[in-house]
Amino acid sequence: MKRAGFTTIWLPVALLLPQLMIIAIFFYWPAGWAVQSSFYLQDPFGFGSTFVGVDNYTDLANNGEYMRIAWFTVVYSALVTFFSLSIALLLAVKADNVIRGAKTYRTLLMWVYAIAPPVAGFLGILFFDQRNGPLTIFFQTFGWDFKLGVNYNSTATAMVMAAVWKQIPVNFIFFLSGLQSIPRAVREAAMIDNRSATGRFWQVTFPLLAPTAFFLLIINITYALFDTFGIIDALMKGEPGNNPMTLVYKVYLDGFRGNDLGGSSAQSVILMVLVLLLTIFQFRLIERRIHYT
Amino acid sequence: MKFLHIAATTAAFGLTTTAAFAETNITFWHAMGGQLGETVNQMAADFNASQDEYKITPVYKGSYEETLTAGIAAFRAGEQPNIIQVFDAGAATVIGAKGATIPVADLLADNGVDFDINDYITGVRYFYADSDDKMIGMPFNSSTPIMYYNIDALEKAGVTPPKTWEEFASTTAPALKEAGYIPLSQSHLPWIFTENFFSRHNLQFASNNNGYDSTDTKILIDNPAIKAHFSALSDWKEQGLFEWYGTGWGDNAKPFEEGQVAMWLGSSGSFGGLLQKDLGFEFSATMLPYWEGVTKEPTQTFIGGAALFAMAGKSAEENKATAEFFKFLTAPETQYFWHKETGYVPITQAAYEAAADDGHYERFPAAEVGIKQLTLPAGDHTKGYRMGFYVQIRDIMNREYGRILTGETDVDSAFKAIETEANALLARFAKTQG
Repeated sequence: MKRAGFTTIWLPVALLLPQLMIIAIFFYWPAGWAVQSSFYLQDPFGFGSTFVGVDNYTDLANNGEYMRIAWFTVVYSALVTFFSLSIALLLAVKADNVIRGAKTYRTLLMWVYAIAPPVAGFLGILFFDQRNGPLTIFFQTFGWDFKLGVNYNSTATAMVMAAVWKQIPVNFIFFLSGLQSIPRAVREAAMIDNRSATGRFWQVTFPLLAPTAFFLLIINITYALFDTFGIIDALMKGEPGNNPMTLVYKVYLDGFRGNDLGGSSAQSVILMVLVLLLTIFQFRLIERRIHYT
Repeated sequence: MKFLHIAATTAAFGLTTTAAFAETNITFWHAMGGQLGETVNQMAADFNASQDEYKITPVYKGSYEETLTAGIAAFRAGEQPNIIQVFDAGAATVIGAKGATIPVADLLADNGVDFDINDYITGVRYFYADSDDKMIGMPFNSSTPIMYYNIDALEKAGVTPPKTWEEFASTTAPALKEAGYIPLSQSHLPWIFTENFFSRHNLQFASNNNGYDSTDTKILIDNPAIKAHFSALSDWKEQGLFEWYGTGWGDNAKPFEEGQVAMWLGSSGSFGGLLQKDLGFEFSATMLPYWEGVTKEPTQTFIGGAALFAMAGKSAEENKATAEFFKFLTAPETQYFWHKETGYVPITQAAYEAAADDGHYERFPAAEVGIKQLTLPAGDHTKGYRMGFYVQIRDIMNREYGRILTGETDVDSAFKAIETEANALLARFAKTQG
C-alpha cells in the first residue's frame, strides 16, 4: 500500500496554523484566564485582587442554591433531550411514510429551525403571557394555576416547552435523512420477516438509526446545557427572581450582572470540565459500540 | 415639544459645524430607555445649544446592570466614557473602586464650579457620598417609592389612601376588595419593602453605619419588624388583599394601569410615564405607608434611581466639560424640566422651589409626594446603605420573597437564607477590595 505524504514538514504546519491560531486565541487563551481568575477575588474595575486559592470552588460546593441550580440543569437537560428527540423521531417516521405532499410537510416541519433562541423565548412570552397567553389559558382550563415568572414549575415548564419546540426541526432533519439512507432492500427483507410495523421499527429501523440517534443525543445535551441561554434569558424578562435557571445562566448572572469575576470564572471552569467529561464519554464509551455504516 | 427638540438639535448641529475646532467632545452612557431616554437626549441637546465649547453625546447602554458592566469593561480597556450612570445597587462597586471615578465634589471644585452639598435636598444628599459625607456621584434621576392610587376605585369603595399598614389591613383593603378591586400590588420588593422599609421605620439595615464606614459589613435583615411585614403580605395575598405578579417591574404595574389593582407601589419617577399613558381613570399618589406598631414617627425614605459618575483617566479639558455639564444639570431650570417631564425628584432645594413657584404642585399634587417623603425628618439609619455585590444580594431577596409568596418557603427560613447568603457575598466583596 502506498501512503501519500508531504515531502516537507512546513506545508502541513502552514495549513494547520490558521485553525490552531483560532483555537489558541478563542479557546486556550480565555480558558487559561478563566482558570487563573477562578483562584482570585478581584475588584471589577481591576484595582484590587486577593488570591483565595480554591475558595471560589468551595464556596460553590457549600452553596445550597448552586446545587439546586445544578440539579435543575440535569433535569432540564434530560427533559429537553428526551422530548426533542422522541417527538422529532415520531415526526420523521411519519413524514417518511407520507408520499403525497411530502415536501410541503417537511418544509413546514423544518421551518422553526431558522428561528433564533431569543426569538423562540419571546414567542414563549407571548404564548405563556400571564393573562392572555393561549397556553396559559389552556393550562388553566385544566385547573393548573399556571403563571409564568411567578410559579417556579410554570416557568420551568415554559422553558422546557420553548427549548423542545426550537430543537425538534434540527433533530427531524437528521432523523429523516437517516431514515432515507436505510437501503430499500433491507426494509423489504424485513417486511417479509415481520408483519408488525412497530416490531420492524424497533428491530430493524431503530438499530440502523443508532449512529444518527447517538450523534443527536450528544448534540441535544450540549444544546440543552448551553444553547438554551437565549430562551431562558428571554423568558426571565431580565429578573432572575425565583425563576429556575441553568448553570450557564448562573455564570452570566454572577459574572456580567453581578461583576463577581472570580466566582463566575470558577463556575465556567466547572462547566469546561463537564464538557470535557461529556466528550470523553462520547469517544471512549459509546462510540465503540455504535457502528457507522 | 417636538418642534423645540428639532430646533435644539438643529441648533446644536449648526454649532458643531461652525465651532468644530474649539469644541471638546464628551460621552455620557446612561440606562434611560423610552420616554426617559428622549428627555435625556433633549437635555443633552439643550446643553449643546447653550454654549459652543463642549458637546456631549448621550448613549443608551441598556438596563442599569448592563450599563454598569459595559462601563467596567470599557474602563478596563481604557475606553471609558466621561460620564456613566450607575444605579443605587451598583454604588458600592463604583465607589469602592477608588481611582475609577473622580469624586464629583472634587471635579466641580477643581473646575471652578460652585458646589455646596447643603444645596441638595436632604434625602438625596448622602446616598452617593463616602463615609466623610463627600459627594462622589452626582444624584441624577432620584426617585423614591410612593403609593399611587386609583381615585375612582377609592371613591367607589368609600375609603381614603391609607397612612399606615394597620389602616390598610383593617379598612382600606377589605373595602377595595368588596368594591371588586385587587387592593394592592408593588413593583420591587427589595427596594420598596426592604431597603425603604428599614429607612421609613429608621431601623438599622447593616452594621458599620449601614455599610458606609467599612467593607467588613454584615447585613441586619433578619429583623422581626420586616419579618412581620412579609408574614402580613403573605396573609394578604391569601385573603385577596394583595397580589404579586412576579419579579418584573412592568408585570406588577400593568394591572394597576389597566384598572384591576386599586393601589400600586412604584417609583416617584413613574409619574411622567403614568401621566402620558392616559389611563382611563384619575390617579394620585401618597407616601409609602408605615407600621404604627413599629414606629410612631416615620422617617424619610432614601433615593433610588441612579447617579452620574465622572470617570477617571480623561484629559483636563474633558473633565472641565463634564463639570460644566453637571453644572448645567443641577441648574434649577434643568432640574425643573427633568422633574416635570419624568417625575424624578428635583435634586436641589432651589429647583424644588422653582417648581413650587411655577405652580407645578397645584396642577399635579402627586408630583410633590416623593420630595415631601424625602424631606421628612431624618434618622440615624436613613442616609442610605453601602454594600458590595448588592446586585446579587437583591437577586437573593427577590428569589426568597418569591418563594414566600408562592408558598415554597416560610418567612423565617427565607430571612435566614437571605442573611447567610448576603453575608457570604459581603465577605467575598471585602476580599475583592484587598
